Order: sequence, then structure tokens, then C-alpha cells
Amino acid sequence: MTSKEPKLFANESSESDSLFKASLPFRYNLDKVFAIVTWAATLSGLIVLGILLIDILIDGFSRLDWSFITSYPSRRAASAGILSPLVGSIWILVVTALIAFPLGVGAGIYLEEYSNDNWFTRLVEINIANLAAVPSIIYGLLGLQVFVRWFQPITNGRSILSGALTLALLILPIIIIGTREALRTVPSSLRQAGFALGATRWQVIREHVFPLALPGILTGTILALSRAIGETAPLIVIGALTFITFLPSISPQGLQSPFTVLPIQIYDWVSRPQVEFHNNAASGIIVLMLLLLVMNATAIFLRNKFQKSR
Amino acid sequence: MKQDPINQPLSGQIKPPYSGYTSSKEAILQAEKVSVFYGSYLAVRDVFLDIETNKITAFIGPSGCGKSTLLRCFNRLNDLILGARVEGSIKFQGENLYDKKFDRKIEEVRRRIGMVFQKPTPFSKSIYENIAFGAKINGYQGDMDELVERSLRQAALWDEVKDKLKQSGLSLSGGQQQRLCIARAIAVQPDVILMDEPCSALDPISTLRIEDLLHELKEQYTIVIVTHNMQQASRVSDMTAFFNVEPTDKGGRMGYLVEYDRTEVIFQSPKEESTREYVSGRFG
Repeated sequence: MTSKEPKLFANESSESDSLFKASLPFRYNLDKVFAIVTWAATLSGLIVLGILLIDILIDGFSRLDWSFITSYPSRRAASAGILSPLVGSIWILVVTALIAFPLGVGAGIYLEEYSNDNWFTRLVEINIANLAAVPSIIYGLLGLQVFVRWFQPITNGRSILSGALTLALLILPIIIIGTREALRTVPSSLRQAGFALGATRWQVIREHVFPLALPGILTGTILALSRAIGETAPLIVIGALTFITFLPSISPQGLQSPFTVLPIQIYDWVSRPQVEFHNNAASGIIVLMLLLLVMNATAIFLRNKFQKSR
Repeated sequence: MKQDPINQPLSGQIKPPYSGYTSSKEAILQAEKVSVFYGSYLAVRDVFLDIETNKITAFIGPSGCGKSTLLRCFNRLNDLILGARVEGSIKFQGENLYDKKFDRKIEEVRRRIGMVFQKPTPFSKSIYENIAFGAKINGYQGDMDELVERSLRQAALWDEVKDKLKQSGLSLSGGQQQRLCIARAIAVQPDVILMDEPCSALDPISTLRIEDLLHELKEQYTIVIVTHNMQQASRVSDMTAFFNVEPTDKGGRMGYLVEYDRTEVIFQSPKEESTREYVSGRFG
């Protein structure tokens, strides 16, 4: 407390007070500076995102109507639509989820709840962490050799199944890591309480651990799927087409049909010289973003629903 | 005669290294030369202890003396800790729990030797399901509604929750949650209930309710309770075991049993100097 400032308390001149220098105005200013800096950091991200959104909306909004969604791709920009890539994306998404969710969650449960800490599990853990960082095109090359070529009798080559298997591999590490983190948030005291009643490990996991971890697991899975839906490179490598004028049948045979997805269609349109196609691409991006928005909303909805039911 | 357990050889003749030891025919649990290791680290050394049927036995002692560790040997909950190892034998109704034949029957042992933890740990399920869970997984064949009511009545919780059995166990207060955990332990009809500082997270009124409950429960069950609260030990227990802790050569800390006797002996005329200092509050 400097001597210029008025006294706050009657006994302020006592000796111990002279040892402290509050410099409150300076500390308050520093506080304000950091509030502004962090606010600016938040804002810069938002501004970039906002500009992107506005730009896309200006370019794409004019083309966005019901016929754009219900038409197949065409050589003429005006009549080209996004039906087959949209349906292809949804197919890929569903099949990828059906493959990746049980595998990823199963592996996560094993690593977190069952495995001992030995060299094997440590090796697996290091590899999973590394796999999450492998560029997606590498997964595409792997999928081309394994699913398109070796598994040709099952997958029928360049098919929805091949694409979904490849993307499932791609997001598996993310789901495993997400599952393990969700399981780790369940306090170990709850597991011990279950064991102390004579429950086996599986009974404890099924009844107490998994239900509590489920919102986190679902959120992680849907975020991983959001990444899968935006992936282009691995699907180009395994040979997704850009010109599909039919829809796969809703049957096991549908899994074996050729396909395209939204990012590939957008990529195809952007790389054409005509401006009309660029506007189509912008409209396609809006559709893709809406799909992502729906998925993220679902994630939030599921999380809240399961958390409330506790 | 005063014995210093630290100077006793680890191997050799088995001799109870503390005052007041008498092997009892009434014992439901018998620890014989029990040592607990975490990896190569010796946490508790050479415990001989007989827990008598339908009595309340209190474990007291300073932090790190291994009383909780020993408690968790009685239902083999230490099996879950990586690297934990138990030497010696713990006999439950004459059978050594650490015998190989129990390795794949440990769930049955844990049904008969229940446990209540320091922090109330209700499952995130309804009050009803909290009680019914243990009975279900152990294949209970009787009337579940009746079992739930009986368990909650025994835990002195029925009147407070009978109208809201469908509500989450987490909606109860801390003291109620702990009584729910006791009811949950009773529901699988154990012979022994192990309690690891069951009142340390509770307010004094909830604590008194649980202590009253313990007096009623010992008619039917054998209770072993770890507590830091010496008044609690003297109020509720029939037998008291005092543990102490010694630094080891390797820089670790090792717990051992100093004295085990009737509670009034431990609190009024203990044979060991360290016991007397501890119960009179001079250290720990």
C-alpha cells in the first residue's frame, strides 16, 4: 500500500503492513489485458469461420433447392444435383459406424478394464496413439490393397463396404482412445463397490462402468464419425467414383455397389473450370455442413439424455 | 515381557509378535503371519489376528500403518491392485482364502464377506436397484421386494426412503448414502462386514446413527471397522487392534500389529507403551 492512497483501515500504519505492497491497480490492469487477449484469440477463430460461412452461403445459396438435393450429378451444371453423393455419404457413415463402434469400444474396454500392464498392452497402446496420427491417405492405400483387392470376393472391389472398412480403420484409434478416456472418468471406487458385492468383472462393467461412460463414448464416436464423413483422400485412393446416377439398393447387395460421397463430389465440381459448377460445390458444402451439424447435435442430445437418466 | 516386532526374524518359528494374542475357537477370520507386498515393497508385516464371531473389531493406528490394506485382504480386494501380494494365510471359517481353490470362487467369498467403503459409493441406479444388484448377480432366488425392504429396515433407512425407492441412490444425503451402502452389503446376507472408515466423510449426527446401527448389526454379523476416530473405536468396538508404522531400510514405511485386546484393555491399560501414547492422543 503506497502512502499516497487513503487508508482503508484504522491500524494501517502498523509495521507488518509496510511489508506488503498491494499494487492493486496494476494487477487489475494485467487482469484486464489477459481477458482481452484471450477474448481476441477466441474471436479470431470465430471471424475466420464466419467469413467462410458467409462466402459459402453467398455462392451456394442460390443453387440450394429441393431439386438440387433430389437430382443426380449431371454434365450440365444447372441440372446437376447431389442425391447420390448424399446417399453415399449416409451409407458410408452408417456402415462405418456399425463396424467401428463395436470394435473400438470393445478394444477400449479390453485395454482399460481387462488388460494387465505388460509389454504387449504397452506396445498396443503406443501403436494406437501413433495410428491416430497416420495420414489418411496411408489408410486409403491400405484399404486399396486389403479391402479392394484381397477381399474382392466379399467387398466386390471399389464398393461401399470397402470404403466403410477403410474409414472404420481410420477412426478406430480415435474411438479406442475416446472410449478409454470415458471409462477412466468412472471412479474406481464404484468398481470396487461392485467387486465387493461379489460381481465379476463383466457384471461390474455392464451394470456400473459402461452406463456411466456411455455419454462420453457416444460423443467421442460421433466426433470420430464427423471426421470420417469429411474424409476425401482415402476414398479417392480406393476408387470412389464421381459420377454415380443410381442409388445402392437397401440390402446386403447395396454394400457391394460403387459409390461416391459428398467431399469427393465437391472436389470434382471445384476442379472444373465453369463458375456454375463452383456454385454447385458451394451448395454441396452447405449440405455437408448441415449433415455435420445434425451429427453434432445428435451427439449433444445423446449426451444430455444419458446424463439426465442417471 | 515386551517384544519388538521389528527385530523378529521374518522366517523361522511362527510366534505372535504382539501382546495379548490368544488363538480363539470363536474366531471367524484368522490371520496367520500375514504380510502384504506391493511389488517388492513390504506394506504390512507378520500379522497374527483372530476376528471373533458377532463382535465388532476396530483397527486403529496412524496413517500408513496398513490397517486398510489388511482389511482388504479379508475379502481379497487387494487382488485387484497390480503387483499386490499376500503371504501367510487368512482363514475364513477354517478355510484359507488365499488357497488356490478360491482363485475361481472369489466372488462367492466376497458375497459372504461384505464391505463398506470410506466414501459412500451408491451405484447410479435407483435405491431399489442399489440393493437388488448384489442379490441379482449372486443368483438370489427369494422375493426381491421383501429382501429390499428387510435390508433397508436393518440399515435403519426404510422409513426415510420407502416412498422413493425409484429415485436415484445419488439423490440421498451423505449419511443416507452410507446407510444405503450398508443395506446393500447386508442384502447379500454376508457373515462378515468389513468397514473402511465408514464415517470419515460424514457429519457427527450421521456418524452417531451409523454407530447405533453397528450395535444392532453385530447381533447378526461380525464387523471389522477401520477408524481414525479413537472415540468411535472406544464407543462401538468390543475388540481393538492397534497398528503402528516403522520406517524401513529402503526408505519405505511398514505397518505391523502392536497390540490386540479387548477394547477397554487397549484404552485403559494397554501393555505397550506406543499403544498408550497413541490412545491418549500423544502421537498419530
